[in-house]
Amino acid sequence: MISLTMDGRQVEVQDGQTLLDAAKLLGIEIPTLCHHKAVPPAGACRVCVVEITGGGRPGLVPACAYPAQNGLVIDTHSKAVRNSRRLTLSLLLSRSPETEALQALAKEYGAEPVFAATREPHAEAQGGPGVSSKCILCGLCVRVCAEVIGPSATCFAGRGRGREISTPYKQLSHVCIGCGACAFICPTGAIDPAEFCSHPIEQISNEFNCGYDVRTPIHIPFPQAVPNKPLIDRDNCIHFKTGGCGACKTLCPAGAIDYEMADEIVEEKVGAVIVATGYQLLDPSIYEEYGYGRYPDVVTSLEFERMVSASGPTEGELRRPSNGQPPKTIVFLQCIGSREEQTAGGKPYCSKICCMYTAKHAILYKHKVHDGQAFIFYMDIRSAGKNYEEFVRRVVKEKNATYLRGRVSKVFPRGDKLIVMGADTLSGGQVEIAAEMVVLAPALLPSAGVRDLAQKLRIGYDQHGFLSEAHPKLKPVETNTAGVFLAGCAHSPKDIPDTVAQASAAASKALGLITHSRLTREPTIGIVNQATCNGCFECQPVCAYGAIGPREIRDRRGNLLATVAHINEGLCQGCGACAVTCRSKSIEVQGFRDDQLYAEINAIGPSAPLVATLPSGRNGNGSEK
Amino acid sequence: MSHTATEHDATTAAATEWKPNIVAFLCNWCSYAGADLAGMSRFGYPAAIRIIRVPCSGRVDPMFILKSFERGADMVLVSGCHPGDCHYTSGNFHARRKLQAFRELMGFLGIDPRRFKMSWVSAAEGGKWSALVNEITEEARSLGPFTGYPSCENGNGRTTGEQGD
Repeated sequence: MISLTMDGRQVEVQDGQTLLDAAKLLGIEIPTLCHHKAVPPAGACRVCVVEITGGGRPGLVPACAYPAQNGLVIDTHSKAVRNSRRLTLSLLLSRSPETEALQALAKEYGAEPVFAATREPHAEAQGGPGVSSKCILCGLCVRVCAEVIGPSATCFAGRGRGREISTPYKQLSHVCIGCGACAFICPTGAIDPAEFCSHPIEQISNEFNCGYDVRTPIHIPFPQAVPNKPLIDRDNCIHFKTGGCGACKTLCPAGAIDYEMADEIVEEKVGAVIVATGYQLLDPSIYEEYGYGRYPDVVTSLEFERMVSASGPTEGELRRPSNGQPPKTIVFLQCIGSREEQTAGGKPYCSKICCMYTAKHAILYKHKVHDGQAFIFYMDIRSAGKNYEEFVRRVVKEKNATYLRGRVSKVFPRGDKLIVMGADTLSGGQVEIAAEMVVLAPALLPSAGVRDLAQKLRIGYDQHGFLSEAHPKLKPVETNTAGVFLAGCAHSPKDIPDTVAQASAAASKALGLITHSRLTREPTIGIVNQATCNGCFECQPVCAYGAIGPREIRDRRGNLLATVAHINEGLCQGCGACAVTCRSKSIEVQGFRDDQLYAEINAIGPSAPLVATLPSGRNGNGSEK
Repeated sequence: MSHTATEHDATTAAATEWKPNIVAFLCNWCSYAGADLAGMSRFGYPAAIRIIRVPCSGRVDPMFILKSFERGADMVLVSGCHPGDCHYTSGNFHARRKLQAFRELMGFLGIDPRRFKMSWVSAAEGGKWSALVNEITEEARSLGPFTGYPSCENGNGRTTGEQGD
């Protein structure tokens, strides 16, 4: 431990820490420009100077780079320090008068430019790669590129007043990996990494915002994610691509970042499974007439939802993807792929939620664009639900949304507008709307891969891939496999209230199953007649549950009399495959015994009472003619 | 058609009068639930079919089918979960293989193999169930009554005596 005195206060720091770290511990404010904790210190800008007044060689030293030593006495705001900082800032300001970070500090220290900028400081850089005139030549970008990321794509170039940040030989860099660390770390916002890079910089589109903005490789997937923690996208992370960078690990104050962590398979024994795999949207580009994917202003409802979200790519401002202007006319098209079997990929079912969210979107639209007009093409307004119809009425009456009953035949561009041609079946006419944005409400589909999951869990699903409940009325959240329950759109399209209700029901059912110390089960399982079983064990391989094993029968002296099949009551599910396989008919499934089933078969004849003789009915002699 | 008009009328009249007797063994989890769904969805289908519920199509013993023909069935249907979707993992595979072998032997037993049907109907396929029953009823009607086992009518009652008591 090192003990020193700063501004009259005693402080202890670790070996290797700097005066700046000591000041931070004491809460003393020291201005810095060229310092960043991810990069080794350089003491380049010299606004962090402090004065050593005792315990060492007296003088002004940069706090960010000067190692703490025992017994030093430091003054961080002496007159000499303030004068030095003022002079440094004045000189920097003369070079880069429009740098905001400098202006703020200069105001604090009363610094004025010592001479007027007589020429454009970066005139020589015109034409080659360079940075804006805000640059104060602190060199952070050069150091981060060389020492942290690794490729050394940037460097200092020129001398004297011509000194600037550039790339070697002022050529666009082919070693630049476009990571953007230089722009991130620049204290003055002077750098655009695209200026350095010889190849287009890959932007990682933000999946959560439907690709309308970009994200970093380490990111929190979306607000309110559970767990609300960042994850590293290894395909794009520079550390995983090149082995360099590691800035996030350096910077994380909690030391939470571990590049060595790998995905692992965790096996848990559970008593119940709730399947809530949700939904995905139909890709509306299968309907070429709507132009989704060709015209940027044709968006899906989910994309619209992100656009108007306060946490979305535009922070809630609705703008046309084509030109960034708010759309003055918007057309919502419902039932894109729902209730539709004519086209391949169309679905016969109603997706249920689109009517209500389109009404909501019309309200949101009017909140964002007050003088805008919303048109909604619908097949039927399905607003069954508590207060739902009132909500739709409110959209029509208060928000003046125009509901048009009919379908749209074509969307095509004219000028910077999209012409929506459709039918209004209530007035019996064709309508043509010059829209600035078109929002499609695609059909809901079950999540991809749900069929594989269903087969693993041995639960049923319908032809669309929605999971089947055990009984539509009596067992709406159970499946045919005991202990597996359903919730949400994995089961069928449903809105949030329905999903919450179903999920609560599934949770209750699961708890009801696992909170008991004993499990009750169906008694319809196989039993072996030990008297007739000859121990051939043909039944063993057909049992899917491994429930059949040998049992030895011994007399009182312990002599082995026979080895017969035995069915474990806990494992047997009662399918009866063994009963059919058994050649001596020694296995019976309780509830579905042979004699019970034969009794049912015997009762099938249209006039066949269960007596010893058959009636002289139609069987055999053709008397039915 | 080589029928004369009168014969044709008579045949039609007989056909409308005579209803085939179809025995269906349905697995509890898929086809039985599918038939239940058909009812709940108000799909119509002929009443000629008699459903016997079994836990799994793998529970269907070939003897059940023979017994059904003996007891006056004109057609027998075994229906289970779609292959790969068996509630018991593999029961329908056992059924498929076993009953296919059984079908091969039906001619030897004096039963037209067309009188034995297998199908896969899931719990969500009420419409498919209804269509299937319509289709096989029509086929059973065209095949006419099964008369291959007149012996059971003679009252020797081998099985009837055993099972009916």
